[in-house]
Amino acid sequence: MPTDPLRAVRRQALSVSVATGLYGISFGALSVAAGLDLPQTMALSLLMFSGGSQFAFIGVVGAGGAAGAAIASAALLGARNGLYGAQLTPLLDLPRRLRPAAAHLTIDESTAVATAQPTRSAARAGFWWTGAGVFVLWNAFTLLGALAGDRLGDPRAYGLDAAAAAAFLALVWPRLAGRVAQGVAAAAVVVALVTTPVLPAGVPVLLAALVAVGVGVLAPEAAQREDAA
Amino acid sequence: MPPDALWAAVALAGLACLGIKLAGHVLPEHWLARPRVARVAALVTVALLAALVAVQTATDGGRLVVDARLPALAVAAVALVLRAPFVVVVVLAAVTAAGLRLLGMP
Repeated sequence: MPTDPLRAVRRQALSVSVATGLYGISFGALSVAAGLDLPQTMALSLLMFSGGSQFAFIGVVGAGGAAGAAIASAALLGARNGLYGAQLTPLLDLPRRLRPAAAHLTIDESTAVATAQPTRSAARAGFWWTGAGVFVLWNAFTLLGALAGDRLGDPRAYGLDAAAAAAFLALVWPRLAGRVAQGVAAAAVVVALVTTPVLPAGVPVLLAALVAVGVGVLAPEAAQREDAA
Repeated sequence: MPPDALWAAVALAGLACLGIKLAGHVLPEHWLARPRVARVAALVTVALLAALVAVQTATDGGRLVVDARLPALAVAAVALVLRAPFVVVVVLAAVTAAGLRLLGMP
């Protein structure tokens, strides 16, 4: 079979979009269970459009946390998207008028597919197809999940709370390659669990982020470079 | 949270995330391309996600609890070790927790 590189990119984009979109169902259902209504749930998927940030937001709200903690958790988890943008700008070399749309579609998946391509045209195709594909399916499945969540009743009976935990685990898994990252993850777990009984909901997660900032600033650069290699 | 406050939080958090994305595309690259900035941001992501795993698995309303979510997370971890795709990992965890609760586990 002749290998058309652009067709391969589109196929990759489609499979990533379907896999990511599907778990929008659990986001929609969990968001409704956390106390958001349907328009609020859709506003998150349409406007925020970043799975980790969205789950973090509804996690804090569902636990009874303050608005400030929910916003800060979502924004901190979204910080990596800013760095993706800095990676993508030279790679895609888009005209200025397309940059707002590109920024909105800048997520883990579109960045991963774009940066894995051998040429600029393949990178552009991978970015747009993956970004748009995930956007459409993520929002469609969020709607489906929110509508179903309204009817399902207790999301715990369907294990949707465990699904959210597993989604976070799957998101952090590929980032645990180095020893510094593993240490930070372990410290974050301990900090979050130890402080949960004594601090308002949402704050333990932010405190765990502070640990990471401390390690990132203070740890010897050599150890971290070794990790990155 | 009252509905108005929740709407305000949804809008602010959404705009914050969108603003961060836009900053990445329009700010001069060298600001964000510094190795230290990238390292700290990567570690913050790891810490937040790890903390969210812990809170989502083992806490309920400000208390530490052990229930069906913990074995479900273990199943998810095994699936990840076996390189299962994302959606399979999530579904396996949900099915495990739902099954255990059907058997009477909290």
